[in-house]
Amino acid sequence: MKIHEYQAKVILAEFGVPVPRGRVAATPAAAAAIAQELGGTVVVKAQIHAGGRGKGGGVKLAHSPQEAEQVASQILGMMLKTHQTGPEGQKVKQVLVEEGMDIRQELYLGIVIDRKAGLPVIMASSAGGMEIEEVARTRPEAIVKTHVDPATGVTGFHTRKLGYGLGLKGDLLKGGSDFIGKLYRAFWVKDCSLAEINPLVLTGDGRLLALDAKMNFDDNALSRHPEIQALRDLDEESPLEVEASKFNLNYIKLDGNVGCMVNGAGLAMSTMDIIKLAGGEPANFLDVGGGASAEQIENAFRILISDRNVRAVFINIFGGILRCDRLAEGVIKAVKTLGVRLPIVIRMEGTNVELGQRMLRQSGLNFITAQGMKDGAEKAVRAARSA
Amino acid sequence: MSILVDTSTRLVVQGVTGKEGTFHALACREYGTKVVAGVTPGKGGIVHEGIPVFDTVAEAVAKEGANTSLIFVPPGFATDAILEAADAGIRVIVCITEGIPTLDMVKASRALQGRAVRLIGPNCPGIISPGKAKVGIMPGHIHKPGRVGVVSRSGTLTYEAVGQLTARGIGQSTCVGIGGDPIIGTTFVDALRLFQADPETDAILMIGEIGGTAEEDAAAFMKAYVTKPVVGFICGQTAPPGRRMGHAGAIISGGTGTAVEKMAAMKKAGIAVVKSPAEMGEAVASLLPSAPARRRVARGAARAAAKPKARAKTKASTKKAKRR
Repeated sequence: MKIHEYQAKVILAEFGVPVPRGRVAATPAAAAAIAQELGGTVVVKAQIHAGGRGKGGGVKLAHSPQEAEQVASQILGMMLKTHQTGPEGQKVKQVLVEEGMDIRQELYLGIVIDRKAGLPVIMASSAGGMEIEEVARTRPEAIVKTHVDPATGVTGFHTRKLGYGLGLKGDLLKGGSDFIGKLYRAFWVKDCSLAEINPLVLTGDGRLLALDAKMNFDDNALSRHPEIQALRDLDEESPLEVEASKFNLNYIKLDGNVGCMVNGAGLAMSTMDIIKLAGGEPANFLDVGGGASAEQIENAFRILISDRNVRAVFINIFGGILRCDRLAEGVIKAVKTLGVRLPIVIRMEGTNVELGQRMLRQSGLNFITAQGMKDGAEKAVRAARSA
Repeated sequence: MSILVDTSTRLVVQGVTGKEGTFHALACREYGTKVVAGVTPGKGGIVHEGIPVFDTVAEAVAKEGANTSLIFVPPGFATDAILEAADAGIRVIVCITEGIPTLDMVKASRALQGRAVRLIGPNCPGIISPGKAKVGIMPGHIHKPGRVGVVSRSGTLTYEAVGQLTARGIGQSTCVGIGGDPIIGTTFVDALRLFQADPETDAILMIGEIGGTAEEDAAAFMKAYVTKPVVGFICGQTAPPGRRMGHAGAIISGGTGTAVEKMAAMKKAGIAVVKSPAEMGEAVASLLPSAPARRRVARGAARAAAKPKARAKTKASTKKAKRR
């Protein structure tokens, strides 16, 4: 799960990570009031989940409360387009108003899980402000990394290694070590999948501050963090995906016109792949779960057909243990209840597969049965084209 | 032979009295697996569907000689169950549970390091050595005893692959679902090492997916150590970046973990990579001894020419693998 910058900064401040003074505002007047309170130059930053906000015109300086109000009125309500939002952009509902900084140097600090090592890895780089992937490609020597063993947590040598790697010395090294330790603690306690400070700035008066902050959380650990769940912003997610998540369906909307309904994530991805190989474009990823119960099938259908681009549906279920007659019953019921008129191609494997297919044929509904995934994909693509 | 599970497997099912645990414990027993015990703390002493239930795994080991465990415990308690099984001296631990917090797995996998125990999963369908033992949730009847090893990060896609093999009369030595989470116990490399060392496995089918670099690591390992023919498939060729595709580990992030990169790495390592999931079975068939001689020779020659050094190294590595 992702959260906004201002939310991440509140969490980080709780762990003692130094962040600039500032607050979030939903109206230009509120932005002006915060600017007044902070005094001097302020930065007004659009709060959307996507990165690249500055380049898209979502981050602006203001030298007075009046200017802050004016800048906030430009940013609030805009459809902010960045390389991460997609062409339509994301609507800005809130801005973060923060004190302006005298920046001497921009650094990078981030923590992620290294899957291969099975451990968190802290990465620091003197190339702050750039995307870490870009730095890794162009200047890999500028990145210092250290893995952290959960048995010890962050210790002195970790922070010294990173601090010296960033070129910090004396009191700054101490401050940097402290900063790293606190960030790691936040990462660990809150079950993050990513905690990234980019840039971490060194100010003219010698302080280290988190100028920007990004925190992502492990979805599997959210049940033990109600305080993080409360930060979820549904406006940042596709409405269909939000609806699907209520029924434990894994649904991701794509741009094609062949809707897919599959059991299991791997088979669902391969079904998308084979639709593409058959010359079509998948409209979605949809995993109804290993078992594919009748209730799940009905919920899945409802969500699938709410996507108006869908011209045909391909159901690919490899049940094995699952009984195909039950599956057929569920599909027939869902199609009748919801009045689905789209062509539906069904490929199923499992116990009683012949009985299931006979039930589909005799249902009086517009089902196309398929033998194997290739046959199914080709029939679905053809149906979508002629629909 | 076969790998990991066989007729010597004595299975304890952790979470045996739950709905899922009961269903699959019985399905494993029906397949022929020796299901010797179940564990549900607080229910020790009862006999559930003919399976003696204990409060702890240690008791199941002491009283019934359990050596393999199958875990159906909710995500919040699953790593505790894994650690309990390891502590009790279980040799192979198969964790089916989906949704375990990643940092729980960080701790558990660190705690298992250096111990003589093998964890499969979590978030996996388990392991089956057809005709010998089934320790997992896969449908037993689609499998057929034989000489092809299957290793995969997925569940139902593995069934699809096995279905394609069985339909062509090609049996399997062992099928291992290693799981779809970011941190898993047994990796592709571990499974490949076991298959390479198994005298009853002639060829390997490896099914990867987007996210992480496990397939690239596997490709490097295969280039250096695996002499058996390998067919590879990567799913998620059309997956958008930055989105988690069902499995917690299936995500392209920061431009890495794409299917294109993985397929390229595997091709470079001499693996027969198929683009379509419908061609997995056919590709394996073409590499087996019964396939037309011309293709086999051509491929063998290409492999030998491409990596004479790797072949020289193989003997030593095989020995090492056997010891493990």
